[in-house]
Amino acid sequence: MILTAIFFYLFAGTTIASAFMVISSRNPVHSVLFLILAFVSAAGLFIMAGAEFLGLLLIVVYVGAVAVLFLFVVMMLDVDFAELRQGYLQYMPVGALVGIIVLVELLMVAGGWISAPNAVGSVAAPIPDMAETSNIQAIGNILYTRYIFFFQVAGLILLVAMIGAIVLTLRHKENVRRQVIGDQVARDPKTAIEIKKVETGSGL
Amino acid sequence: MEIFIDTYLIPGAIIVGKSLLLLVGLLLFTAYILYADRKIFAAVQMRRGPNVVGPWGLLQSFADLLKFVLKEPIIPSSASKAVFIIAPIVSAVLALAAWAVIPLDEGWAIANINLGILFVFAVSSLEVYGVIMGGWASNSKYAFLAALRSAAQMVSYEVSIGFVMITVLLCVGSLNMTDIVLSQQDGVGTMMGLTNSALDWHWLPLFPMFIVFFISAIAETNRPPFDLPEAESELVAGHMVEYSSTLFLLFFLGEFVAILLMCALITILFLGGWLPPVDIWFLNWVPGIFWFILKMCLVFFAMAMVRAVVPRYRYDQLMRLGWKVFLPLSLFMVFAVALVLQVTGWAA
Repeated sequence: MILTAIFFYLFAGTTIASAFMVISSRNPVHSVLFLILAFVSAAGLFIMAGAEFLGLLLIVVYVGAVAVLFLFVVMMLDVDFAELRQGYLQYMPVGALVGIIVLVELLMVAGGWISAPNAVGSVAAPIPDMAETSNIQAIGNILYTRYIFFFQVAGLILLVAMIGAIVLTLRHKENVRRQVIGDQVARDPKTAIEIKKVETGSGL
Repeated sequence: MEIFIDTYLIPGAIIVGKSLLLLVGLLLFTAYILYADRKIFAAVQMRRGPNVVGPWGLLQSFADLLKFVLKEPIIPSSASKAVFIIAPIVSAVLALAAWAVIPLDEGWAIANINLGILFVFAVSSLEVYGVIMGGWASNSKYAFLAALRSAAQMVSYEVSIGFVMITVLLCVGSLNMTDIVLSQQDGVGTMMGLTNSALDWHWLPLFPMFIVFFISAIAETNRPPFDLPEAESELVAGHMVEYSSTLFLLFFLGEFVAILLMCALITILFLGGWLPPVDIWFLNWVPGIFWFILKMCLVFFAMAMVRAVVPRYRYDQLMRLGWKVFLPLSLFMVFAVALVLQVTGWAA
């Protein structure tokens, strides 16, 4: 039990500290790296809570794919840090408003949980015994039966977003030489080379 | 105090001991795999390869190790110092960490966790950070461009690796590495009425996926012919241009341990792990770890031959292969395998 507590505080402390560093570090690339650290330690917390599938999935999806794209974009942008800090006070109220709204919402969720502890249980599906079924089976059973509609809709929304991004950025440039693999494979000696008989001393 | 010793100290000491054993074995194996890689490459080109240090050059890798460790580490003055030092450590530590769940024989895994294969996938998807951080922190154009290339390549091929893993998992019905190997005791061969043999392993029913996984594994580990991040002719030496001495050694080590990890994964997913090729008494008598290492070496030999004989891909060809060939193919195979399993009822 002591060990569990030690690891919990280790992960939780790292998560909070790195989340703080995300907003306070001067270099945006360092910010993203701290964000990744926060994700990884959050995954550690998930695993400690017994949701190892969610924890590993968090690493695969967020850290392994999404954060890489973050890092790409931030690295490629030519950010002028001095200029970025100038409008700080101007944007402060909007940022504070968003922060307060999120905080209030979180408090309401937590408050609802404390004032009516049974409300959550009545909506959610019963949690199966972990000794009998594994994490991944339990999630699959509920995701593909009870929430199949939401699951499919979420997939559809992502598909639409993906197609939208492709449509917005896809341009067919003229005069660009593209490799057509089929044409290359279809070439044979008859069409590709020409054999000439060269007379001695005359050249081609 | 008694309880403390029984619940924490003794199990903890056992885990540490196992880990050290695996670590030492793995590093020794890596040293000789490196040597084998150079020897095979040399043999294909009709050279001798390393043959000076020790008998037949057998100690070459250790000489290299000493050379790297004893050299002066140089950190560029404009580099982001902390990230510069962390990057190779991340790369080496993650490559080694994934080995914690690899079963070398029945019950010979340090952590036989339920989601073993997902753990390996998650850890290997983190490996890209070593590359990006190293390339960015060097504050050099060559390193940065190489890191971007390499990261894009690793992320692309991870997708098809993930789908290939899913096809195997559909056949097995478990994410536990030991279960994956044990499920290969019966298969196509036993269905035809033969005794348990190499025909039962997953490479046969999932043959196209075996090839896709092999090629993706090469691309994922940035091995030739997909070694674009290191293309000597254009990018000097990839994301590690600015690295020297021990820090470079860590990158190098991470790369080779990751290659070995991919060999082990192919062995577990497709080549029946520690199972003997035919179910005969004297082959069963040979310890499972021997078969495991033998299969890993065979896979590595194939990779080394590919490195020696196939010319390097161009970057757009690499991306085309990943996204336009492997991704649709592996996605289709997930669908097809699920359909076959559902219709025939083999999944059960």
